[in-house]
Amino acid sequence: MNHDVAVVGAGPAGLATAVTAARAGCRVALLDSAPRLGGQFWRHGASESSGREHQAWSVFAALRADLLDSEVDYTAAAAVWFVESTPDGFRLQVTGHPPVRARRLVVATGAYDRALPFPGWDLPGVVTPGAAQALLKGSGVAVGARVVVAGAGPFLLPVATGLLAAGARVAGVYEAGEPLRYARRPGAIALGKLAEAARYAATLARHRVPYRTGHAVVAAHGESAVSSVEVGRLDRHGAVVSGSRRSIGCDAVTVGYGFTPQLELPLALGCGTWLDVDGSLVLEVDVAGRTTVPGVYAAGEVTGVGGADLALTEGRLVGAVVALASGRRSPYPDSVLTRMLDRRASQRRFARLMHEVHAPPAGWPSWLDDSTLVCRCEEVPLARVRAAVTDLGATDARTVRGLCRTGMGWCQGRTCGYATAALTARLGGRALTAADLVAYARRPIAQPVPLAELAGPADQSGGKRYRPA
Amino acid sequence: MSDVLVVGAGIVGAACAYYLSRAGVRVTVLDAGPIAGGTSSSGEGNLLVSDKPPGPELDLALRSARRWEEIAEDLGADPIEYERKGGLMVAGTAAEQERVAALAAGQRAVGVAVTELAGDRLADYEPRLVGGLAGGAYYPQDAQVQPMLATAHLLRGLDVRCGTRVEAIETGPGGAVIGVRAAGATRLRADAVVNATGVAGGELAATAGTRLPIAPRRGFILVTAPVAGSPIRHKVYAAGYLGGVASDDAGLQSSLVVEGTKAGTVLIGSSRERVGFDPAYPLPVLRRIAAQAVALFPFLAAVPVLRAYRGFRPYTPDHLPVIGPDPRVPGLWHACGHEGAGIGLAPATGALIADLVTGADPGFDPAPFSLARFT
Repeated sequence: MNHDVAVVGAGPAGLATAVTAARAGCRVALLDSAPRLGGQFWRHGASESSGREHQAWSVFAALRADLLDSEVDYTAAAAVWFVESTPDGFRLQVTGHPPVRARRLVVATGAYDRALPFPGWDLPGVVTPGAAQALLKGSGVAVGARVVVAGAGPFLLPVATGLLAAGARVAGVYEAGEPLRYARRPGAIALGKLAEAARYAATLARHRVPYRTGHAVVAAHGESAVSSVEVGRLDRHGAVVSGSRRSIGCDAVTVGYGFTPQLELPLALGCGTWLDVDGSLVLEVDVAGRTTVPGVYAAGEVTGVGGADLALTEGRLVGAVVALASGRRSPYPDSVLTRMLDRRASQRRFARLMHEVHAPPAGWPSWLDDSTLVCRCEEVPLARVRAAVTDLGATDARTVRGLCRTGMGWCQGRTCGYATAALTARLGGRALTAADLVAYARRPIAQPVPLAELAGPADQSGGKRYRPA
Repeated sequence: MSDVLVVGAGIVGAACAYYLSRAGVRVTVLDAGPIAGGTSSSGEGNLLVSDKPPGPELDLALRSARRWEEIAEDLGADPIEYERKGGLMVAGTAAEQERVAALAAGQRAVGVAVTELAGDRLADYEPRLVGGLAGGAYYPQDAQVQPMLATAHLLRGLDVRCGTRVEAIETGPGGAVIGVRAAGATRLRADAVVNATGVAGGELAATAGTRLPIAPRRGFILVTAPVAGSPIRHKVYAAGYLGGVASDDAGLQSSLVVEGTKAGTVLIGSSRERVGFDPAYPLPVLRRIAAQAVALFPFLAAVPVLRAYRGFRPYTPDHLPVIGPDPRVPGLWHACGHEGAGIGLAPATGALIADLVTGADPGFDPAPFSLARFT
């Protein structure tokens, strides 16, 4: 069947888009790689009770009820591994499912944790906050018994309180940013956000969890797994203040510095991108969520990391926009759309402030030594990345990849792409560019796919003659 | 001031600069992009004699094979990942095997080491090959290099200016080259310019008022996830690869080349299409390469593909490179149009350019590669 719109991603943005467009009468396909609706934000286990602790669970429950009530053609566990433009729209290849065709495409694929390397980050027990959260939300298991939570961003707080609720001890929360800076722009923060932060702070205080700002985990130590981390106070350049390092015992540490939008599909279609203030590569979209490629829309983190509330607003807006583009009536009166646009603008302002407050510390490369792995899959140490630039003449991130194999392993640069691109720029004495990040984000084959599935139906095979007679 | 400006910091430009510099010539290398940013970073790094029928290109490949050995001694084999891994041509049918045998006989006569193999011997070389193949031939001289590393190491210590876009070759009142004009109205002066810009070769030549017939031919390579136990030991070609290399058909051709890498990944190529600089990744082409690979190595069926990459090979009407002086513009030298064999042919190309520019005797007749053949 040919759909009016295919929505990829069933997190806050994708769910809101699908429900809104379906309500307006669109034939909608919704594809998500996870087994259950909700994305990373509302990730939950097989039992309903595992989700109730979530923020805004009632919002999810309502969206899910609307979805199940609608005609949306939802496919779970459906990873899109290839996208093609066709004369009448787009065709998506989906692992384990038939291809999906649609006139329009909405990219709502969200984002994953942004990692920065540090000595010892390849030890077992060092995980991203997203991985810790996935384990917690998916299976109710804490990543360790005594956990250090570190990195930058408001996401650290729910990770810490989630671990506490699951019975883990949190040995400390180390935020590299300076959240006091929020206070300088009081108007930018919604009251709800303040209340949320206050609740988290109260929970941490009740459990006597130390919370330090301007601090970072700068090394992890252990034999077969992490047994302690080094925490240091950062100066305003992000370098460790001398004499400030101290050791904290733990059996797990979560470290993440914001998020990296997942852009394989729009990049394969040629959508334009730019470098957001947080250093992320994000899609160029207009006020209606249209990318630079006709028929391709985007909502949520892929247009700029901003959290679930913003993703919901954008999803509803884009749902309305694709409905209108498909010749349906708007699901909202103009006055509601106007309010949504205003709300999105203020949510974007807040996101911008958040990025300024929680920016990755500029001095993070000074935490590394020559043997620190930048790319864990291919085991590429900093010394080889530096040699590629200073000794072999690489001037951009793509050339560094070709010369030392960063980003060529299993993760295809999903984990090390940002760090390698940033290091390349820094070693070359210039600022990070969108082109550096594109080099590690462009993956025409969007997800690993077995050769047999790529080969497709036998009648398309050109290699039959090599079979034994 | 340099004696020679080499335009293009790919493998061919790097080899030209390397040999010119060894001949005592002051060289500056200019490139609009990074080193090895074009076709040099889009292939497997094949140094093949097996895929060439007797003729000028095979002669050049044999010369180049010896030069690669010297380079590996000079720069070290490990830094450029040089490896004489050998190539195995396999034939699916008796008719294909006859063609393989005829080709091998001709190649042997001009100095190629090749062993013909019956179908039941193929498993000695590649145990994971599909059974029931008609036969094949083994080429111990086929080798491998990591093209980007090779380019970088050939250029080491030379004056290389990346991010310098050459807008025009400039000539003096007598029509001879006086240098180039780069972006930002910078002028660089030299009596000789080597055009090693690959697929852009025709465009650069046109700025000097001359014509170099070079067009792009698109190709794709698939890369799998790492597979344990080095399941594929050599470069393995389906006999149809020859047809794909030498054909004039504008449509899609794909003839299989499969090999394992040190990192454990398997590289699968390749297709050839004349579609200009179309940046698309068409699924039917990727499907066809994948299907051929699975048919030849059934264990690959369950192996995930992690990545696909695309390149544009520079080709000329007769599929031979253009190496030598421009007959119309004194001081302009071309080293372009190596199609899919640029990595393999680069050292012999660079050495030939160095000999011709310095007036040394190359020791063989370069006429088959002269641009004059198209005029």
